[in-house]
Amino acid sequence: MSEWWTYRPSDFLLFVPRTYYRLLEHYGAGAWPWQVAALAAGLAVLVALVRGRPGALRLALALLGAGWIAVAWLFLWGRLASIAWSADYAAPAFVAQGALMIVLAALPLRAVDVSKPRRLGASALVASALAYPLLAPAMGRPWAAAEVLLLFPDPTAIATLGLLALLPAGRRAALMIAPLGWCAFQGMTLWTMGAPEAGVLLGAATVALLLPLGRTVRRRRDRAARDRPPASPGA
Amino acid sequence: MPTTLDRRTVAAGFLAGGAAAALPRVARAQAPAPLAKTIPSTEEKIPAVGLGTWITFNVGDDADLRKDCVAVMAAFFEAGGRMIDSSPMYGSAQAVVGAGLEALGSPKPLFAAEKVWTSSDGPAQIEATRKLWGVPRFDLLQVHNLLSWEAHLDTLFAMKDAGKLRYVGVTTSEGRRHGELEKIMAAKPLDFVQLTYNPVDREAEQRLLPLARERGIAVIVNRPFQQGDLTARLEGQPLPALAEPLGATSWAQLILKFIVSHPAVTSAIPATSRVDHVRENLAAAAGPLPDEPTRTKIAAEIVKL
Ligand SMILES: NC(=O)c1ccc[n+]([C@@H]2O[C@H](COP(=O)([O-])OP(=O)(O)OC[C@H]3O[C@@H](n4cnc5c(N)ncnc54)[C@H](OP(=O)(O)O)[C@@H]3O)[C@@H](O)[C@H]2O)c1
Repeated sequence: MSEWWTYRPSDFLLFVPRTYYRLLEHYGAGAWPWQVAALAAGLAVLVALVRGRPGALRLALALLGAGWIAVAWLFLWGRLASIAWSADYAAPAFVAQGALMIVLAALPLRAVDVSKPRRLGASALVASALAYPLLAPAMGRPWAAAEVLLLFPDPTAIATLGLLALLPAGRRAALMIAPLGWCAFQGMTLWTMGAPEAGVLLGAATVALLLPLGRTVRRRRDRAARDRPPASPGA
Repeated sequence: MPTTLDRRTVAAGFLAGGAAAALPRVARAQAPAPLAKTIPSTEEKIPAVGLGTWITFNVGDDADLRKDCVAVMAAFFEAGGRMIDSSPMYGSAQAVVGAGLEALGSPKPLFAAEKVWTSSDGPAQIEATRKLWGVPRFDLLQVHNLLSWEAHLDTLFAMKDAGKLRYVGVTTSEGRRHGELEKIMAAKPLDFVQLTYNPVDREAEQRLLPLARERGIAVIVNRPFQQGDLTARLEGQPLPALAEPLGATSWAQLILKFIVSHPAVTSAIPATSRVDHVRENLAAAAGPLPDEPTRTKIAAEIVKL
């Protein structure tokens, strides 16, 4: 339909920011004190990432997978769907993502031997997901509205992108779709709302896309260095 | 069938509904009734300003925000408003309107305007919507944004023939598919069309508004304030001298006066989350309205800023 071109992102924003932030606040208040457990689990994911041992990475994958399902159930269906019908469509994708992560966590894993920058980038993503709840008070919103990973979708997607950077490409590809899609969709929504968090989500998605590229570029450079004939004196 | 507004009935309804909290404690001095315009197909009169619900009424289960919406609805009826417009596309807005009507004791003056949207099963969607509103039937059902309009119009005309609906309409906004809308207006016995019209978006003046007059179709105007962008842009700007004799005390009122003074326009439906704004909007249709040269000046003043 040609008239689709005449729509702007704001035409699809169904609520005012105040309604959205109050919804976060009410959900957060209802979830308390699960935020503490969720943050502890998030910390475990970060440690697994830094250490890079396959067993711990699998556990992290399962933890985050459970988070996707919890977010679908409690937040998307439980809350967000009351003001955004898009949540009804996103929720099954979240459940599928969580289930797939749990299934893959059960399979043996050969952790990827990654470059330092990639490991650093991946850890930075998970660390920023852990720090994400600080945005609420920083933006003058109550602590109850703080978005904690495994309970809220945005930091869950960011942490997942970080973890995926350490998985073999074959596994990563399918698992990247939902978190990248969410970052793009939610980034757009927040951007339309004039919320600076949009930058965090879109930035995280960009970093996640660039991380594996960095590795390929480095490999190519290494190979080029190997293939180059030794410099002859006087040339 | 001209309808006079009976404020006592409204007030009784409010109290019966136990919504006293949503009402101002001291009875407000009775504001003059808003101008009523005629729906050509029946000659029924309807106030020239209604109430939209897009975004402003999508507050989900938030109890405090729902109370705010009830207060807006209470002030709307109190000021003589009748038409409330919603759509299945507007998230929880329909449920919020329904809860508000219940809290206000089903105000008699209500003119319930709804839409049928993407659903392939139009009748099921309409029934779900009706349950959310808690009304026996809708006054007006419109095909939202012309989506699957052939099938949906068949449904709506059949409902009207069966006495389950009073009026049939089609909506668009922001200038989309005006050509197609024009064809439908020419070919189908519509009671209403809904489109965007304001001092900045005036394309409808070219063909659609004249055609609506010619065909006897009532016109509902959406996005009178460009979803708030226009009022936000004008905020803080001094009002032009022509505002005073019109009794307009804000840009919002001047815009509404411009819109509803077009002879083809039946009702403008600004959305608001604020009681003071809903009163201001209804009051815009209560005072004097601009003549054609003044309308031209209003548009020129606004475009200039
Ligand atoms: N295709 C369609 O069928 C279609 C498309 C668009 C709209 N519509 C209908 O038309 C209705 C109106 O359009 P809309 O809601 O998009 O936009 P609108 O009515 O042009 O603008 C709504 C905005 O104007 C502000 N406002 C209201 N009264 C004001 C006043 N007196 N002074 C200053 N600001 C004021 C409101 O903010 P506050 O809350 O702060 O007052 C709100 O943000 C919709 O609600 C919907 O029912 C239908």
